[in-house]
Amino acid sequence: MMKKRKERIDRGIKARSEDIFALSSLREMIYLLIPRAIPVLGLLVVSPFLSAYWQEVFISTAIYALLAISWDLLASCGLVSLGQSLFYGIGSYIAGALNYYLGWSPLFTIPVATIGGGVLCTIFLLPVLRLRGIYFAMVTLVLPLMFLRLVEATRILGGTEGLTGLDSFPTQLTALYVIQLALLAALFGFRRIMGSDYGLIIMGINDNDRSVMNAGINIFWYKTQVLFLASAVGSFAGAFGTHMDMFAGMPGFALDYSIMPVAAAVVGGMGTFAGPMVGSFILVPLSEILRALGALRIVFYGLFLVVFIVALPEGLFHYIQRKYHQFERWVEVEK
Amino acid sequence: MNSSHMLQVENLSKYFGGVKAVNSVSFDLAEGELLGIIGPNGSGKTTVVNCITGFVKPDSGKILYLNQNITRWAPYKIINLGIARTFQMVRPFYQLPAFKNIIIPLYSPRVKRLAGGKYGDRDAVALDLLEEVGFERDSFVSYKVASALPQGYLKRLELAKGIALRPDLLILDELFSGLSLAEVASIVPIIEKLRFQGKTILMIEHRLKELFRIADRVIVLNFGEKIADGLPKEVLDSEEVKKAYLGSEEG
Amino acid sequence: MLFGTLVYGFINSSILALLAMGFNLTFGISGVANFAYGAIYIFAGFLTWIFLNSIGINYFLSVGISILCSMIVGILVYQVIIIRVRGLILSEVMATFGLGLVIMELFRYFDFVGFRYTLPVFIDGSISIGGVYVDYQRLFIALIAVGMTLFLYLFTHHTKIGLSFRAIAQEERTALTLGINSDFYGALSLAFGSALAAVAAIVILPLGTIAVEGGYEVLINALAVCIVGGLGSTVGILIASVLIGYAQTFTANYLEPHWMILVSLIAIAVVLIVKPSGLFSHQKELEERI
Repeated sequence: MMKKRKERIDRGIKARSEDIFALSSLREMIYLLIPRAIPVLGLLVVSPFLSAYWQEVFISTAIYALLAISWDLLASCGLVSLGQSLFYGIGSYIAGALNYYLGWSPLFTIPVATIGGGVLCTIFLLPVLRLRGIYFAMVTLVLPLMFLRLVEATRILGGTEGLTGLDSFPTQLTALYVIQLALLAALFGFRRIMGSDYGLIIMGINDNDRSVMNAGINIFWYKTQVLFLASAVGSFAGAFGTHMDMFAGMPGFALDYSIMPVAAAVVGGMGTFAGPMVGSFILVPLSEILRALGALRIVFYGLFLVVFIVALPEGLFHYIQRKYHQFERWVEVEK
Repeated sequence: MNSSHMLQVENLSKYFGGVKAVNSVSFDLAEGELLGIIGPNGSGKTTVVNCITGFVKPDSGKILYLNQNITRWAPYKIINLGIARTFQMVRPFYQLPAFKNIIIPLYSPRVKRLAGGKYGDRDAVALDLLEEVGFERDSFVSYKVASALPQGYLKRLELAKGIALRPDLLILDELFSGLSLAEVASIVPIIEKLRFQGKTILMIEHRLKELFRIADRVIVLNFGEKIADGLPKEVLDSEEVKKAYLGSEEG
Repeated sequence: MLFGTLVYGFINSSILALLAMGFNLTFGISGVANFAYGAIYIFAGFLTWIFLNSIGINYFLSVGISILCSMIVGILVYQVIIIRVRGLILSEVMATFGLGLVIMELFRYFDFVGFRYTLPVFIDGSISIGGVYVDYQRLFIALIAVGMTLFLYLFTHHTKIGLSFRAIAQEERTALTLGINSDFYGALSLAFGSALAAVAAIVILPLGTIAVEGGYEVLINALAVCIVGGLGSTVGILIASVLIGYAQTFTANYLEPHWMILVSLIAIAVVLIVKPSGLFSHQKELEERI
């Protein structure tokens, strides 16, 4: 009986490269357009027609997706964050405090919280940027949990009750579109950045940081920039979520916001930004459906995380991408 | 104190735990020279280079480049002054294609400055640089992912990464190691062309025959100390050097 | 007041040291990430409770079986999860942390919540030391902590197994060529670390109740001590425990108890600025710092 092996052949469409290529036929254009059109159309067009309940789920998913995309940016630079909730919580408190104590409207609190949150979180994590891998993960894990206890202990910013009665968005539809546009901006924006020469530096830092240093580049500065970008996006998510819930408080630092982006990235596929987004759009609605199980939500994320890291480390998006670009068939082993 | 020398290393010392890796080493490098550093394994050659380029902070001593004290500076600052080095264990960005490896050094502030502030098309510059070090233009080898390239190409890629920085001083750490005679013979012309362009070169080498053909001067290290400094032929004839490499007669 | 603070500070430091030791053995010394540490701590606690109360076995047997079960869990974690992502530290961290979450939240889900979940003290009663009343259990904890530290120090420096642990973390390939089976010792180190977690749980939990939040606390505290003291250094863990432990106790007695958490935060912040890889870390210059 002849031995068989799996052979992978790239599909016959030339426009597969990640670099510059010439679009020479309608077929090629459609081939490239479809994967990009689906998220854009799917979100923008379909979402207004969902029921009120599912619109809320959708918005919640989008918020988590932003955190997941932010996580992916950090990971592309070699910084694995186990504490996305730090960004969410800080953004949430800044927006909440500005609204509660100064009466600013969401129109102002959200941008200020985005930039301010970015700056603050970058400052907090600056010392660890000089160290290798694991220290960043450890510190990001510990910081939000500590802030949680800090708020509880010192009772500042509303303490355990938090700040309630905050302003919301004019309409549900406004919120729906704001978050989607932000999500798409982050998704395509980050992909663009990583596809450019700047992104090459970032990937280089992840791959072999001493080589990048040897190329005359100050990696500390680039890491800081990436950290700022990622934390700003995370803070935006927090600020937005605050006005959705009309509440800012300790739950902003909850483990949920830390674990879910990691699980989404692992499930969806790291490094692609679309992967974590796909992961979020699978995990969050699923956990909503299983809402009856209540506290099991985290168990759920944890399980997905463990299973996928061990069984399908490349993630769903890479898997789908591979299938889209190549086809496989069994071929007999030649002698 | 002014000096015409490009690089001055004065009483450099470095300890790792209890081991004296470099023990009060001093030497000068004149502009346009090709200086070789040789010595048995573990004699401290790479540590000296690491100190010069800022990857390791020396415990004592001074390093002057163009009369500027660069001791303990951060690597990226030193490299932007005009020093480039290759690593003994080649370190390409394995996940990236060969030419993209070159784009990263092209992104440095030094290259931007020397190119007049405009980058232009880095891809084209990268491909040109690769061609200069022997990556055949007509083949796809420049587009291959670095992890798919054989050692000979990887060494040349490492060299190209150094050249991309437009350095005035190029430090090559065991460039010839792991290469066949034919491969070495094809790289030597590239080094000679660099010299012709006026670059100063510092080479750590084990392949003495090939090195001595192109080196102006050679220093010898043994157990972290400099034991000889002079023309290649003189150094070869020195008793101490022979003892260091071959060991002494006594049991 | 001062003497009392000194005594209780010592106890507090012992608790922190005991918590950090198991984590340090696995992660710092052997280089195997086990972020399910807090979960195993709680697991050992609840398991002992079940043996004592639901099944009704005597104390020593329950304790013994719990420690054994924790070791088995440790080995399982290695064989099922770690072995598939060995070497990719971040994946190890994420996977074990995920597992830890699952375990802890499952306990919460199955309603292991409430004041009835406590473990009995080893010795009842208290003694007066220089006018300060200290219960025997707390002294017992201090004793175990000191003993454990000495034992671990000797173990990692003078026994074959201990040296193997250090070998696989420092230079795995060389260790392999010397005939040290990295997977075997990795699993063993995880088992030992889990056993330490169990021991810590059994002596510390009687001071309060067994709560799922405790699992997270344990992980935070162990991490804080390791960050400050330096991963891998037993001496560092000791010094860090003493520093943080005393700082916490002084803060609690002279200022307000709820400022205690600030202490750990400040300690971490200071260390990060001054010597980021920890006060006593074995800093490999080219490896750790940029």
